[in-house]
Amino acid sequence: MTRPAPSPAAAATRPIVDARGLWKRFGPLTVLKGVDLSVAERELVFIIGPSGSGKSTLLRCLNRLEEPDDGSIHVDGIELLSRATDINAARRRIGMVFQSFNLYPHMTARQNVMLALRKVLKQERAQAEEAAARALDRVGLAERMDHYPAQLSGGQQQRVAIARAIALEPRVMLFDEPTSALDPELVGGVLAVMRELRQDGMTMVVVSHEMAFAKAAADRVVFMADGEKLEEGPPAQIFGDPRHERTRAFIRQIDRH
Amino acid sequence: MGGLESFLFSFFNLKVMGTYLPLIAQGLGLTVILALLIVVSGLALGLALALLRACGIRPLNWLIIFVVDLFRALPPLVIIVLLFFGLPAMGLGMSGFAATWLSLTLVLMAFAEEIYWAGITAVPKGQWEAARSTGLGFFQTLRLVVLPQALRITIPPLTNRTIAITKGTALGSVVGVAEILGAAQSAMSFSANPSPLTLGAIAYLILFIPVVALGRWVETRFAWKR
Ligand SMILES: Nc1ncnc2c1ncn2[C@@H]1O[C@H](COP(=O)(O)OP(=O)(O)OP(=O)(O)O)[C@@H](O)[C@H]1O
Ligand SMILES: [Mg+2]
Repeated sequence: MTRPAPSPAAAATRPIVDARGLWKRFGPLTVLKGVDLSVAERELVFIIGPSGSGKSTLLRCLNRLEEPDDGSIHVDGIELLSRATDINAARRRIGMVFQSFNLYPHMTARQNVMLALRKVLKQERAQAEEAAARALDRVGLAERMDHYPAQLSGGQQQRVAIARAIALEPRVMLFDEPTSALDPELVGGVLAVMRELRQDGMTMVVVSHEMAFAKAAADRVVFMADGEKLEEGPPAQIFGDPRHERTRAFIRQIDRH
Repeated sequence: MGGLESFLFSFFNLKVMGTYLPLIAQGLGLTVILALLIVVSGLALGLALALLRACGIRPLNWLIIFVVDLFRALPPLVIIVLLFFGLPAMGLGMSGFAATWLSLTLVLMAFAEEIYWAGITAVPKGQWEAARSTGLGFFQTLRLVVLPQALRITIPPLTNRTIAITKGTALGSVVGVAEILGAAQSAMSFSANPSPLTLGAIAYLILFIPVVALGRWVETRFAWKR
């Protein structure tokens, strides 16, 4: 069920993610300095920037794993930072994939995917099993459902982690350096799954150093430095004709690798 | 009487042993009951404290740490004697059995809490974050994701500590509990012969060798699985 990429008109509809003026401090360190980020439905936004620029912190604010000191975040119309918001209900609409996979080591791949289906969505066992099987099939791991994480390669573990998130049918998926912990030969499999997700119309925010993937798949690239969004635009512009000196320096340095 | 004969008469006097075997067997039964009660209540209370501590309520955690350190620092015998001889002075008398049970329960609780807590904190933060990001609540995450992993790490140290503390049931003899050692001591004074102590030692071996072997098995089994 391939859907067309979003047209500029789609971006004009209500955004799925709308974060405004996010501030975050860790003690004396100010990590986010009034960052705005808006993501339209079906859009794939890529976040790049030097280490320590606040990319992970921004992403983690978007499902409130990190509590911003100031600002507002709407996801699918829900104000995440409001006290009245049921954060657990909100989070199941926001999938997250971590650099270190974070699979539950005491559960098989299928059990990893089923846990939230059973305990959050309160599905019957049979229904959850079927949904888990479908999600694992989508990431190409139908054959490995009953393996424990320790019996899977890093790439397979990361695909299970993606299945665990998409099984909940989230409105948006957040990826924090999903391929950084992988051996080079395993990166392709994970990126292929992400590309398919994108073709199926998933809204995605991706922090990654995979510039080739960004060029091929991103609708928009955001460059961050020192807790600020320095510039953003289509990949061709950010990579081909960056406006900001720091962006230029960063891209040059990435290209050398 | 030669040296060996005299040794055998003192420590392996079959006649004396035969007479007092039933008494020692009763002591063995009492030790088993006491030990089981201590293990169940000590481990349960220790887990309860560790879970409370995981909730991260500051003043409560200070209190837990204080209580835990207190019972880890005090020699178990001191606690038994305090409860048995000290409380009656306050009008709160308790039997020797109850004093021994409560003391060792508190000590096991304290050590078990530290072990459980170490297990909980050893589970990587990413496990919490992954579970919470799928919408699981704090307690669901603790119960379904963190505890199963934490308990697995805690089993070997917990087994060893539990064995060490349940052996402390012998301290009950000081406050008149007729567990194995208490029974053997009475038998010794009745018979004016130390052979019942040999019986007592054998009873302890019968009781604890399987437990120690179990501990060793548990240790190897959980060592390589992780
Ligand atoms: N929990 C925390 N406590 C204290 N400081 C933190 C915490 N989390 C992040 N920081 C600091 O905030 C800054 C931004 O961190 P963040 O992880 O968001 O950067 P990043 O852009 O994702 O970097 P990288 O590319 O290395 O992953 C860093 O200086 C980091 O040390
Ligand atoms: Mg990061």
